[in-house]
Amino acid sequence: MSDEQTNLLTRQQIAARAAQDMEDGWLVNLGIGMPTMIPTFIPRERDVMFHSENGLIGMGPPPAEGEADQDLISAGKELVTMVPGGAYVHHTDSFAIARGGRLDCAVLGAFQVAANGDLCNWRLPNQTSGSVGGAMDIAAGSKRVFAMMTHTARDGAAKIVAERSYPLTAGGVVTRIFTDMAEISVTDAGLVLDAVAPGLTADDVQAATDAPLIMDSVGTIPIAA
Amino acid sequence: MKNKKAETLEDAVSRIHDGATLLIGGFGQPGVPEVLIDGVCDLKRRDLTIVTNNAGTGHSGIARLFEEGCVAKLVCTFPWAKESFVFKELYDAGKIELEIVPQGTLAERMRTAGAGLGGFLTPTGVGTDLAIGKETMTVEGKDYVLEKPLHGDFALIKAYKVDPRGNLIYRKTGRNFNPIMAMAAGHTIVEVQEDVEIDDLDPEVIVTPGVFVDTYYVTGWYEIGKERNAS
Repeated sequence: MSDEQTNLLTRQQIAARAAQDMEDGWLVNLGIGMPTMIPTFIPRERDVMFHSENGLIGMGPPPAEGEADQDLISAGKELVTMVPGGAYVHHTDSFAIARGGRLDCAVLGAFQVAANGDLCNWRLPNQTSGSVGGAMDIAAGSKRVFAMMTHTARDGAAKIVAERSYPLTAGGVVTRIFTDMAEISVTDAGLVLDAVAPGLTADDVQAATDAPLIMDSVGTIPIAA
Repeated sequence: MKNKKAETLEDAVSRIHDGATLLIGGFGQPGVPEVLIDGVCDLKRRDLTIVTNNAGTGHSGIARLFEEGCVAKLVCTFPWAKESFVFKELYDAGKIELEIVPQGTLAERMRTAGAGLGGFLTPTGVGTDLAIGKETMTVEGKDYVLEKPLHGDFALIKAYKVDPRGNLIYRKTGRNFNPIMAMAAGHTIVEVQEDVEIDDLDPEVIVTPGVFVDTYYVTGWYEIGKERNAS
């Protein structure tokens, strides 16, 4: 087990990889958890703005000691700052941005992603209720949805599957998947395995995935030393 | 000019009756009208329906309304946060009803109520559990869920500054649902940090015009999310 785990990417390494896909000029929404690590890894020369659905366009990093403002939080309810040129909006404007196609990308955690891009991240099947928050609106409206997650569940079950068995958040929306084992694109032809973590093979990733992967040209995920 | 200023907290909230539907502003703790909520708790109202984003934090604000048995039903987006333990206990005991609504849908349902519309079509929730029992329609090849307006008997909101007409501005992410809820209720009650003179607010930056405001109560600044003793 320890051998296998040393080949998995850390949460920071996954965030750093997803950050590389954030293009200059994009407005991006980050889900709670792992995606919130992405901003640190955005290359400095790129102008990427972050939207937080509680009404903040231009979310900045956590405040320096003594500079916290009790009225300035992220959707994850962490104290944050605003970058120069940002704006505050109310909730219907914030969700007009999400549903109206103004988000270039949303990076969200997931319980399950299906081969057709179905995203399941709001409720577990054994729960009678979940916390939906803004996930359904953002997933349904964003130009691109990136799923960022561990490749398998804690019990080893595949989270990338041929057909979803979990409650749906939004249908057919995921375009790319970043995990601790691999990077996968969701295409009309199926799931394309773009790259694997160093030390893993394409077959290792396929074995941990419950959907067929297209493996025509599989690279290795570059990891900064 | 109609006097919208309540001189006491009790004056601000006493018209709220048992069984009322209250739209309560805030996302997390910013923008939650904690003083007005304490006022409702002190009135010991019962069977309230609360429409708000979160299911309370700790023991203060909305959590206090739950804890004191004022609430029969909660309409919200994110009930199961770890800080919402008071709500969870009541829900698990079968003492409170819950309706979960996607966040953008919750906001837009109140906006359409305020705007005199009969609902709207949203791509949010298509094919999900939260669309069960709702009408779906295809417009220009795309599927939508029909969502209906959500009115409140009262809106309890928080603003930064008010002038005597009831014009409002907000502070940072404390804005959130507050301007929307102000539009969507039969009677909108504002708690506000500071009141200013007529013409002190630049008409170009007023977020909520006073036409949506019925009553305001000036609280001064306070640290949010602190448990205060009942008055």
